[in-house]
Amino acid sequence: MSRLGNLGARLYRGEVGYDFIGNRKIWYGISILITITAIVALAVSGLNMGIEFKGGAVFTTPKTSVTVASAETLATDASGHQAIVQKLGNGGLRIQITEVDTAKSDQIKSQLSKDLGVPAEKIAADLVGPSWGEQIANKAWTGLGVFMVLVVIYLAIAFEWRMAIAALVALIHDITITVGVYALVGFEVTPGTVIGLLTILGYSLYDTVVVFDSLKEGTQGITKQTRWTYSEIANRSINGTLVRSINTTVVALLPVAGLLFIGGGVLGAGMLNDISLALFVGLAAGAYSSIFIATPLVADLKERDPQMKALKKRILAKRAAAAAKGELSEAEQAEQGIPEDVEPAAAVVGQRQEPPRGHGRTSGKRR
Amino acid sequence: MAAPKKGRGPAGGQGRPGRALALILMAMVALTGGMFLAHQPTPRLGIDLAGGTSITLEAKAEPGQESAINKTNMDTAVQIMERRVNGLGVSEAEVQTQGNRNIIVNIPKGTNSAQARAQVGTTAKLYFRPVLTVAQGTPTPAPSASSSDKASPSASPSSSASDKATSPSGKPSASATTQGRAVTGGLKADTSPTPAASSAPTASAEEQAAAAKLQKQFEELDCSSRASRSKAALGVKPTDTVVACSSEGDAKYVLGPAEVSGTEVDSAKANFDQQRGMWIVQMEFSGKGSKQFQTITKKLSAQQSPQNQFAIALDGEVVSAPQVNETLSGSAEISGSFTQQSAEELANVLSYGALPLSFTEQSVTTVTAALGGEQLRAGLIAGAIGLALVVIYLVAYYRGLALIALLSLLVSGILTYTLMSLLGPAIGFALNLPAVCGAIVAIGITADSFIVYFERIRDEIREGRTLRPAVERAWPRARRTILVSDFVSFLAAAVLFVVTVGKVQGFAFTLGLTTLLDVVVVFLFTKPVMTLMARTKFFASGHPWSGLDPKRLGAKPPLRRSRRVNAPTDPKEA
Repeated sequence: MSRLGNLGARLYRGEVGYDFIGNRKIWYGISILITITAIVALAVSGLNMGIEFKGGAVFTTPKTSVTVASAETLATDASGHQAIVQKLGNGGLRIQITEVDTAKSDQIKSQLSKDLGVPAEKIAADLVGPSWGEQIANKAWTGLGVFMVLVVIYLAIAFEWRMAIAALVALIHDITITVGVYALVGFEVTPGTVIGLLTILGYSLYDTVVVFDSLKEGTQGITKQTRWTYSEIANRSINGTLVRSINTTVVALLPVAGLLFIGGGVLGAGMLNDISLALFVGLAAGAYSSIFIATPLVADLKERDPQMKALKKRILAKRAAAAAKGELSEAEQAEQGIPEDVEPAAAVVGQRQEPPRGHGRTSGKRR
Repeated sequence: MAAPKKGRGPAGGQGRPGRALALILMAMVALTGGMFLAHQPTPRLGIDLAGGTSITLEAKAEPGQESAINKTNMDTAVQIMERRVNGLGVSEAEVQTQGNRNIIVNIPKGTNSAQARAQVGTTAKLYFRPVLTVAQGTPTPAPSASSSDKASPSASPSSSASDKATSPSGKPSASATTQGRAVTGGLKADTSPTPAASSAPTASAEEQAAAAKLQKQFEELDCSSRASRSKAALGVKPTDTVVACSSEGDAKYVLGPAEVSGTEVDSAKANFDQQRGMWIVQMEFSGKGSKQFQTITKKLSAQQSPQNQFAIALDGEVVSAPQVNETLSGSAEISGSFTQQSAEELANVLSYGALPLSFTEQSVTTVTAALGGEQLRAGLIAGAIGLALVVIYLVAYYRGLALIALLSLLVSGILTYTLMSLLGPAIGFALNLPAVCGAIVAIGITADSFIVYFERIRDEIREGRTLRPAVERAWPRARRTILVSDFVSFLAAAVLFVVTVGKVQGFAFTLGLTTLLDVVVVFLFTKPVMTLMARTKFFASGHPWSGLDPKRLGAKPPLRRSRRVNAPTDPKEA
């Protein structure tokens, strides 16, 4: 861990750094690939909707000696529909029967209690009409829409519109990935999943906002200097907040992991598991997108700004002039080494901790 | 938690950490004290954790009647359902509206959930039945407080004003509210005030026979408790002669077969009659209803007291039993000793009986107490494991600083717990499984804030600052980041809470609450404690285990003494 702390220090000083912005096309590519995969998976296999969306019943029995296979036959006979039976961690059974209405499910319950030899009042039942899930889903969509509008407005005020757009793209990206994972793996989608997905909204933005906050601070008065381009500062912001992003993500994931394994381990399936699974996937996606998508996107948008274009031109001219004079600092030498790159390689530029004003430092001083 | 601000706020200001700490300590003591004073040492548990049945109903409008689903009607429906469910002998069943068209009925464990469902989901049944016998609400025949001599037994063609004057004296029993009201025609309604004397003997004979059959049942009927009142109302058919209690339990009745159904009431309104200076309820009948009503009032107005009354029976309970003084048809008014509230209630009941608002079951969840307990345990274990993992991580990474983080988490936990306990009785908050989940997830959110602050402090130390200035300099920036990101979290929770239904709301509520508390804790606890800790030798000297060791953090020697003025392009992290 202390090694990570050490890395934190080196990241902070810019001794090490990764060129997130420079390689952004790779990340965009990866994300587009993931998104396409998600959409294809969604189109091909679709989502495995839980009974809340199809209508049906879930019965949970206390510990019983009836085997899963025979319970399945009994439940299928009792309902006339295919039953799915799972064994739970406590020895009970979870019997799921889709497409029965709430009235019918009462009969099934009493039939099951007879067949399984379990008193009816000891069987927990979750009976859902077919339009319940639809109502939840509709509300969720409304929530998603309202939240996105509000967050874009807020971020546009607190930061600027480019950041708001980038955050929105990252958010949509996270949700797409999460939904895609659900489609690919075939996890069941329940109201718990919807809850989890909606919670990602806040979480995904948490990391993004932290990086943006740093970026905003770093780029104050950017036009008054001629040393760093916007992209370079953005890259430093990412690197500087990297340890923090990792830490906050790990700390956020740990309780969710606890939920996931306890929810899955002890109770087999249920609300805890559904929420935590969606959160787990979404949080991981959220951490990724705040580093690899949101900030590079801001840099991309910002570099289109005429002011930033002019700044970059000035900086490049200055660097070229310095190079011509032969006063090449180590960092600048490295920059020259990558002539094809549209952006000056930020990773190496970041190799100095000194304030940009400090001029003409000898390369050896830092070590 | 608005837009990021710069500059130093008063909370947790540099020199006075004690004040903030005293404030939060007082808040904690007050909340904990309040919790025990209110006898709410634990949060109220939701159905999914405590066991019980939760029914979600959605209002369905008849085509062309969509506007019937409005707040007033939903509230009336909630009242009626509450009456029904609690009538089953369940204590503390709760019925709430949720969203625009949902009603959630939560019935704690130990109830016949099938019966509850049957009671709750159906539309209210309202009937007008003739009163055959009246007695006081308890089985023991109590002496009548006022002998039942009627002032005007037969139809009186007099004005409404005189009807009103006579009606209070006509009370058959001591009860005040539900009886003794007079029904008269509206101003334009008294078309044929002819008393129909002929029908009296036959009807009375018939009804006496029915009453005899019901005599035993009637004598045993106990209207004193809500449960027994509802029991009497169970399985009542409109065509039967039945026994019934008044909804307040102060009177019991033998009622004839239903003569008019509540669905025939077109509208009912509570009005203040300026001329007479009293509250009245006016109702209008449909075409069929007015004919039926004319028949019954014609019959009743010829009777002696108490048989000149008809009962307005809602779900088998008598809401009101006004006397009839004349034959009425299309519109009628009920006058008597109404207050504004009781008049409006009766009007609501009358309207609701006619309302095309029916409910369909969206979901019914029955959780056994055993399963509920198990889920609560699983949730708590999950929370404990999650917390332990976070603690291990924080200690491993932040060393001594983790102590501050842990204390802050503890404070946050205490505040959350006490608030949840207090919010149970205050706003009906019930801790359900998603809410537990939200609280666990919130551990991460709360810890995030400390990480933001700690990393900031460490960055300042890397700049070469000593701890005390580092703590103060790190704060304004960390504060801004924390506020902005907590605002986003809170926004998400608030939006979730407003637009969602059911279980999602519990989750959103917890998340929003803990996010708010996070801000409180960071401002009033973490920052001041950090300031205090910076004064201790252990932290200030950068002990290897303090998590603030400048060497380990890679601070640049030589240590910088003074700070450069804000370099605009200094790409320092936020």
